[in-house]
Amino acid sequence: MKFAIVVFPGSNCDHDAYHATRHVLGQDAEFVWHKETDLKGADVVVLPGGFAHGDYLRTGAIARFSPVMDSVRAFAAAGNPVIGICNGFQVLLEAELLPGAMLRNTDKYKCEYVYARVEQTDTPFTNLCAKGQVLKIPIAHGEGNYYADPETIAGLHANRQVIFRYVSPAGEVTAAANPNGSLDGIAGICNLARNVVGLMPHPERACESALGSADGKIVLESVISVFAKA
Amino acid sequence: MTARVFVTLKPSVFDPQGHTITEALHQMGYGGVDDVRQGKYFELNLPGTSADQARTLATEVARKLLANPVIESYRIEVAE
Repeated sequence: MKFAIVVFPGSNCDHDAYHATRHVLGQDAEFVWHKETDLKGADVVVLPGGFAHGDYLRTGAIARFSPVMDSVRAFAAAGNPVIGICNGFQVLLEAELLPGAMLRNTDKYKCEYVYARVEQTDTPFTNLCAKGQVLKIPIAHGEGNYYADPETIAGLHANRQVIFRYVSPAGEVTAAANPNGSLDGIAGICNLARNVVGLMPHPERACESALGSADGKIVLESVISVFAKA
Repeated sequence: MTARVFVTLKPSVFDPQGHTITEALHQMGYGGVDDVRQGKYFELNLPGTSADQARTLATEVARKLLANPVIESYRIEVAE
């Protein structure tokens, strides 16, 4: 199967996603420049981490209007899997493909390992996970403080759209385990149709134990398994 | 005309930057500053527009790009 990895000016985890999908997981992968509109026949779209357009104005605010985003929107509307990692998550929020917005972290830029608990397994990116499984995955962001109004947050919980939450190593949601002030410790969510997932932790950077953790690999393996079954 | 757009976080939204600035001011001895809210200011140069046209256009771009309605609100002033 084929991954399209969108490259915005300022993306810097595009090569991490390429390495993980192509070299670690042995799948086809191709970069798609943000001014292109052809997704190269991909089965999955990755919006990678980084600082699209320098994070100017707001994170993801300019990237939302890149030509490629019309194609990503149509691709998502057709039910195909889309994952936004870190800055990619921020782009999905600004593009209104996912609800809510990002605020600055409550204290500072954070670059560290966190523990993300899988809350729901019926998405293309978590279907191989066990519910409640705790993944050790790195974060690296200054604006990962997930915010939405109380009605939206209630809707996310009611519709089981909270996919990852920050937890302690033992898997408990605690204030100390929340690295950025996100409401309810939300680390990742999906859309109502469940095919678009955004998360702040970087699973693509945690695909080889030599690099500190291979816990993130299951996120990419999940979507590969969807196509293996199809 | 010139349109001035002020974008601020909604009152219900916590402002980590404003909070940090408030703490710094307190440390500097400005205990009378109870709170700071950080916002953004834009000047749009709109040649050949009337005041109404300038306001309409500024409102449109504020809504579409300059402000994120999930967390921010905006205020517009139009001047010569």
